[in-house]
Amino acid sequence: MADTATIAAPDSIHTSDAAHRRLKRRYAFETRFKVFGIAAITLAILALVSLLWTVFSNAFGALYQTNLVLPVSLSAERIDPGATNDPSVIRRGDFEGAVKEALRTALPAASGRRERRELYGLVSDGAALDLRELAMANPSVIGSKEPRVLLASDDANLWIKGYLGSIETLPTDGRATPIGTTGSIEIVAEANVFQPLLTVVKESLLKKAAAFERQAMLQQRGVSYFENLLSQLGDDASEQRADYERQITGYKNREASFTEKADAIRKRAEAPGGREAVDSDLSSFLVRINGGVVKVREVSADTVRGDVILPLASEAPVAANAWQLQRITSSEVSRKVSDRQIVWLEELRKSGNVSVDFNTRLFTSSNSRESELAGVWGAAVGSFWTMLVTFCLAFPIGVMAAIYLEEFAPKNAITSFIEVNINNLAAVPSIVFGLLGLAVVIEFFGEDIFNQDLRSTALAGGIVLALMTLPTIIIAARAAIKAVPPSIREAALGVGASKVQAVSHHVLPLAMPGILTGTIIGMAQALGETAPLLMIGMFAFIKDVPTGVMDDATALPVQVYQWSDFPERLFEMKTAAAIVVLLLFLITMNAIAVLLRRRFERKW
Amino acid sequence: MFWYVALIICGFALAAFVLARGRALSVVDGMAAELHSRPSYHGLYSALVVLLTGITILVVASVASDIWIGNQLRASLPADVKALPQIQQERIIEDARRINAGDIVSQNVAVEIADARQAVAQTFASLSSTRDWLVSIAGLLASLGMLALTYFQIKRRFRARNFAERIILGVLIFSALIAILTTIGIVLSLVGETLRFFSEIPILKFLFGTHWNPLAGVFEGTINENSVGAIPLFAGTLLITLIAMLVAVPIGLMSAIYLSDYASPRVRGFVKPLLEILAGIPTVVYGFFAAITVAPLIRGTGESIGLNVASESALAAGLVMGIMIIPFISSLSDDVINAVPQSLREGSFGLGATKAETITKVVLPAALPGIVSAVLLGISRAVGETMIVVMAAGQGANLTWNPLEAVTTVTVQIVALITGDTEAETAAGPAFALGFTLFCVTLIFNVIALRIVQKYRQKYD
Repeated sequence: MADTATIAAPDSIHTSDAAHRRLKRRYAFETRFKVFGIAAITLAILALVSLLWTVFSNAFGALYQTNLVLPVSLSAERIDPGATNDPSVIRRGDFEGAVKEALRTALPAASGRRERRELYGLVSDGAALDLRELAMANPSVIGSKEPRVLLASDDANLWIKGYLGSIETLPTDGRATPIGTTGSIEIVAEANVFQPLLTVVKESLLKKAAAFERQAMLQQRGVSYFENLLSQLGDDASEQRADYERQITGYKNREASFTEKADAIRKRAEAPGGREAVDSDLSSFLVRINGGVVKVREVSADTVRGDVILPLASEAPVAANAWQLQRITSSEVSRKVSDRQIVWLEELRKSGNVSVDFNTRLFTSSNSRESELAGVWGAAVGSFWTMLVTFCLAFPIGVMAAIYLEEFAPKNAITSFIEVNINNLAAVPSIVFGLLGLAVVIEFFGEDIFNQDLRSTALAGGIVLALMTLPTIIIAARAAIKAVPPSIREAALGVGASKVQAVSHHVLPLAMPGILTGTIIGMAQALGETAPLLMIGMFAFIKDVPTGVMDDATALPVQVYQWSDFPERLFEMKTAAAIVVLLLFLITMNAIAVLLRRRFERKW
Repeated sequence: MFWYVALIICGFALAAFVLARGRALSVVDGMAAELHSRPSYHGLYSALVVLLTGITILVVASVASDIWIGNQLRASLPADVKALPQIQQERIIEDARRINAGDIVSQNVAVEIADARQAVAQTFASLSSTRDWLVSIAGLLASLGMLALTYFQIKRRFRARNFAERIILGVLIFSALIAILTTIGIVLSLVGETLRFFSEIPILKFLFGTHWNPLAGVFEGTINENSVGAIPLFAGTLLITLIAMLVAVPIGLMSAIYLSDYASPRVRGFVKPLLEILAGIPTVVYGFFAAITVAPLIRGTGESIGLNVASESALAAGLVMGIMIIPFISSLSDDVINAVPQSLREGSFGLGATKAETITKVVLPAALPGIVSAVLLGISRAVGETMIVVMAAGQGANLTWNPLEAVTTVTVQIVALITGDTEAETAAGPAFALGFTLFCVTLIFNVIALRIVQKYRQKYD
């Protein structure tokens, strides 16, 4: 007690400045740590939300389908000249011609081969097929001329639904006079009416000039790079020197030509007035005047020259704001639907010939290379057959294995080896199961037992997925069996039941809800599995709906993968829609599992 | 054919059940109590014997006869075909089978090979129809014989229940063995093809070569040993796995810590199911997400700050794979963090530590083995993950550490080789060699992870 003086008084250790600072630091760490935790959870949830948003926002576009409703004349001489009403004759009828005729009648302005081809491009190949099916099912429609629903092509569909840009109307404060009504015409307006349009074109020219200047600068860099190399070169490397000099000359020439182009364009852009072309990589401009539509090709401050898309009624001058200058927000090169097609579609929309309906085809048709015709039905049926095989194999085998391991197996090395094995099997990558399927299921089951090529059949897919799901089911079933209290078994044995009877009559029924829950969760995993199915060839393009387990089939997730590879924008949406269908199945299965657990969960 | 015979055998089994049950009753003149086993057990015993014998004979005979047919076909090949390399002989036989099945085979082959193929196909057709009949008859006869045998076995003291239960137990054991059979099947199928591959090219060239283009010499029917170096694939897999773990480990671990030690029961009850949804989403959906949203986003961001980003960058694939693994890490870590006894935390609080100090200095060290094993399992998932990288990573082998470039992975190459247009026999070698490597690596990670858990589990109990 003599050296208390060397120990600071208790209160000073906790109240000194250093102590306060220490405490502050510790509390700051505490806060920081908590913030990290919240941030981590926020990030995870953000990822989930953006994933679901990607899927659902894309899927929405596939839920609705544009149709053109036009009067189609299914004349008898075109389809069934002999009036046989024989389906095999009707099948060969010229329905495509009927569709084309309907389009020509609706939009008589389209003339010439190119324009006609664009016109027919508004409608999908599926439209004629639909009519054929209608006529085959109901021959009385032959000879009628009634409005029919024609499936729009994917590009027309996307435009109508607003995915390819929109049309906006610009103010027109001046009189305008068209010179000519068809072909390539000029529209003359009061001074500076078209100035805003001209400004847009000039701005784009400036951008183009800047791009060329950047190119020139890159060439300049090449020149200095090789000049640098040249200066480091010794005297003896004359061959090398010549090569470098050649390079430098090349770069210099290219630089000069880029600079020249840039200067020319810049001069045009900076000069006031003048007449400039509206290139197809700019937004498109349309003039609506006297009931016609003109696509602007060239513009100056008071005149535009352009091609007539819909013919004008007259050459009469039009007062300010009684004619319209319109802008399509996307450029023609950036979309597959042309300006002409857009004008026609808008015309059809105005006359009430376009309807946007719920896309039932998405759920009833199977795969197709045409994005507007493709649906998920075939893949869903394929998934059904695959899952049926998986269930029929994995469920009984899994349950029996679990019963053996939990109720009958002696505790020895072999049993524990099996257990370790099952745990490891649960973590083997799914693609390895695919290789197993390729080598064993197709070679062994296919050639030796069924004597048939099992590649890409639902049977092969089901077997592979069953082997993959087995560990999940075994582990879940064992847990469920273990949860049944020993008193049940002992009571059964006590009244004289054999071990097998005790298990099959008493333990198994009580464990069944738990086993089913585990099985459903395992099946949900299998339903979403893609890689092993790719390995055994379920990747093949299959147009028909499979009718059994021995048919070639594809599955929903494989369909998702396949469609995601296609470049069309509509396929992107359909991919998302297929994902939504897949997720709905998964949610249903998991909900059933949760309900089963809630309903039959029992505390012993 | 197989299906019909199997169906008939099932019918026999049903008949056996009815017949045996009837005979058991008639043996004791309807006094069922005098039998050792109840009549339906006699029926069950008979049905099981008939069914199992019939199906087993059917399967065994099918396999044996197919092997026999294969040998016959190989022996029947003309001398000039026998002079060809083994792999081409096998391909001729394979094609012959396909011709028989009505499938399309490659057309651009030499005339003598096409002729040999047709000849083999004809031999195969005749052998195969004989075989179908023989195998079916064998299966049907065997099950009928068993029906008769068990029918006349039935006596008053016959212990049918015990025999039936013994058979059931056998079926149970067989079911449990299927897990082992699967593993054996995986190992054998992978090892077989892999060994065949390594008999053509040295293993060291595969493991340490840096140039990957296995189908370079495919038209000559050979594999160039200098173009099967898998190092770029290993490096690509490693890079993407690394990015994935850099995303998944901090986020997963921190959410597990927050959920177990900070969050109120309400928050926990809300957030945990959300993380479980993340775990239940199929990987093909993650792949779509990566390709449609994340990759363009990264590319756009990179270009706006002047970086050159590949549209299939390793970063995009790794990032999304990391998101996929978050729930995996967080739920496993959550379990081990919750398993740390409360007394340790209370001891730490009692000494005046803050919550964060308790977690970092007491709970995490105690839970470390479990967390390490969770991370190892996560790595093994990432290495074996297929769909995300197939959809979002590159196809071309590219040896780089730059995450903004496109790299390819082992699984991408397996898918490309197997689903590609190349003849299955040529592409299978490198694909199975890669698959075997993948299997070994993931197995090692899993075994280590399970070992760590087992070794340190008891420490606080």
